[in-house]
Amino acid sequence: MKRRLYANLQKKLIFITLLVSFIPLISLSVVIYYQFAQVFKNKIEEQIEYRARVQSNAIELFLKERTAILLAMADTYTFDYLAEKNNLERTFQIMNRRVGGFIDLGLIDSAGRHVAYVGPYNLISLNYYLQPWFREVESKGVYVSDIFMGYRQIPHFVIALQRQENNRRWILRATIDSAVFENLVRAAQVGKSGDAFIINKEGFYQTRLRFKGEILSKALLDPTHFGEGTTVLEKENTDGKKILYAGSWLKKNSWLLVISQDASEEMTKLFKTKRIEIIIVVSGCLMIILTTILTTHLTIRRLETADRKMNELNAQLVHSDKLAALGKMAAGVAHEINNPLAVIAEKTGWMEDLLTEEDFQKSQHYEEYKKSLGKIEEHVERARKVIHGMLGFARRMEPHLEDVDINRVLNETITFLDSYARTNNIVIEKDLMPDLPIIASDHAKLQQVFLNLLTNAVDAIGKDGKIFLTSRIIDSEIVVSVWDNGPGIPKEYQSRVFEPFFTTKRSGKGTGLGLSVTHTIVRNMGGTIALDSKEGNGTTFTVSLPIVVPEKK
Amino acid sequence: MAIANILLVDDETPFRETMTRRLTKREFITSSASGGHEAIRLLEENDYIEVVVLDVKMPEMDGLETLKIIRQKFPLVEVIMPSGHATIESAIEGMKLGAFDYLIKPCDMEELISKVSEAAKKRKRHKEKIIEAQLKEITMRRI
Repeated sequence: MKRRLYANLQKKLIFITLLVSFIPLISLSVVIYYQFAQVFKNKIEEQIEYRARVQSNAIELFLKERTAILLAMADTYTFDYLAEKNNLERTFQIMNRRVGGFIDLGLIDSAGRHVAYVGPYNLISLNYYLQPWFREVESKGVYVSDIFMGYRQIPHFVIALQRQENNRRWILRATIDSAVFENLVRAAQVGKSGDAFIINKEGFYQTRLRFKGEILSKALLDPTHFGEGTTVLEKENTDGKKILYAGSWLKKNSWLLVISQDASEEMTKLFKTKRIEIIIVVSGCLMIILTTILTTHLTIRRLETADRKMNELNAQLVHSDKLAALGKMAAGVAHEINNPLAVIAEKTGWMEDLLTEEDFQKSQHYEEYKKSLGKIEEHVERARKVIHGMLGFARRMEPHLEDVDINRVLNETITFLDSYARTNNIVIEKDLMPDLPIIASDHAKLQQVFLNLLTNAVDAIGKDGKIFLTSRIIDSEIVVSVWDNGPGIPKEYQSRVFEPFFTTKRSGKGTGLGLSVTHTIVRNMGGTIALDSKEGNGTTFTVSLPIVVPEKK
Repeated sequence: MAIANILLVDDETPFRETMTRRLTKREFITSSASGGHEAIRLLEENDYIEVVVLDVKMPEMDGLETLKIIRQKFPLVEVIMPSGHATIESAIEGMKLGAFDYLIKPCDMEELISKVSEAAKKRKRHKEKIIEAQLKEITMRRI
């Protein structure tokens, strides 16, 4: 019952301590993690957005440079000059030398005929009149096309511009080197899974993709999702992965540069931080749990010990209260018996007095009377001794120093138990050293000590046995030993017999306090008590008391 | 001549009666009282009483109180206090208040007689000294 109480208390303490430790720890960790994650994510988004913006500017600049040089060439030279293949070739070389990135250069007249051409393809004399880009140039003057297949059946895009020369309109057209352009676009890609590509406003790829997706095929991304300038979006791809996209419009909002990045790849550092944080929190929790369990355990054990000590003290108090009450009762009873005993003694004395009269002496029963009176006197004396013994025991339960003759205490104690022992056929023998020094001690308490030891001996024997009591002086100590030929105390109990509440007697028979109280009394007197017992070989309790010489009065 | 004049004070009548008889048989002039008040009265009436054997525990007025009055009113009377073991402290207290001696009940007759005799002797010596002193005073006055 008590154990369960302590176990419950321990559980409650552990629960409360863990609760008040865990709640702040875990909430702090969660808040810190989410704050950190938010900042980290923002930073990643900022980075990707920055890259998209910078790269789109670079691409824009690339296109403007190429457009500018083409414009310069068209402004510088005339149709006729450029129609000369050599001249066109020189112009093409200048352009590539200045800015590079051109794959071919062609001169087209207003009817759409390819008048002159420098480049790797055989495109001379082809008519572009019906090509969509031709119409765009006619209407806009300068035109950078989307990617298209054209006559060469290879995806490419062109920069074309129209010039008016004396009622004659002509078009100078240059194809951009896809490899150079794509390298420029790719420069924005990062990581193992990152990509950078361009889609037009209809949603078709304008550059090749790093992994899946053909040029000019329909993109999975809807360009309308991207707002003005540069926008960052997070979308799931076909594999269910979260991908971060940054889109930046260029070429007068007809192309969208998209930089994609696997969010999880970027978040690896964050996940690593998360793992470290989890490890720290878990080990912190483990440490808290261990410390809590340990300290709670120690606290509860302390409490238990303190409680037990208090209970022991209470029990001892109750025990001494009982003894004190018993003492008072014994004193009352003794007094009440003492008075009639005194009367009996007096009456007997008077009868003895009368027997000295002459006429009584003549009686034939004279001797019989005398003997009977002698017997009465003898038994009155015996009763007197018992009562005096009882009073000696009952008097003064509080510690009290007085002159004590150990042998007298032993004899008195034996008188108490003698008849009880005899009814159980137990003989109490003694060998007391004569002329033991008188010591300053507590008569009543010593009587309690020896009474406890003798009672234990009698109880241990049960029936038919022998108790042997000795008193000696050994090493300037008075040593009293009480031996009984009872069954002995099993070895496993020997170390515990002086513990309070330890008893081997049947429940209700012994309080388990006798030997504990005895031990305490002897120890308080500065003495020691020792036990020597072998199973089947009897038990000896040895009490050693210091010889304290009484003060001279 | 009687050995001593004794007043026996005890509330236990059979004890008192028997003790009186036994002491009388031993040539003590013995009177008895059942309590403190009666004892004081008897002492007032009979100035020949030399020794009071006074029980410690009595109803109404106990031995110690009676002793205090005796010591006050009759300083020449000696008091012996028999007592049970339980009231031994009271008997010792009595000694401090001026009782001659104490005895443990039930008492041994020989012990009682010897103590009573001693008390009587002490009282006689005391009285003789007083008479001597009185005589001296008278003589001195005459001179």
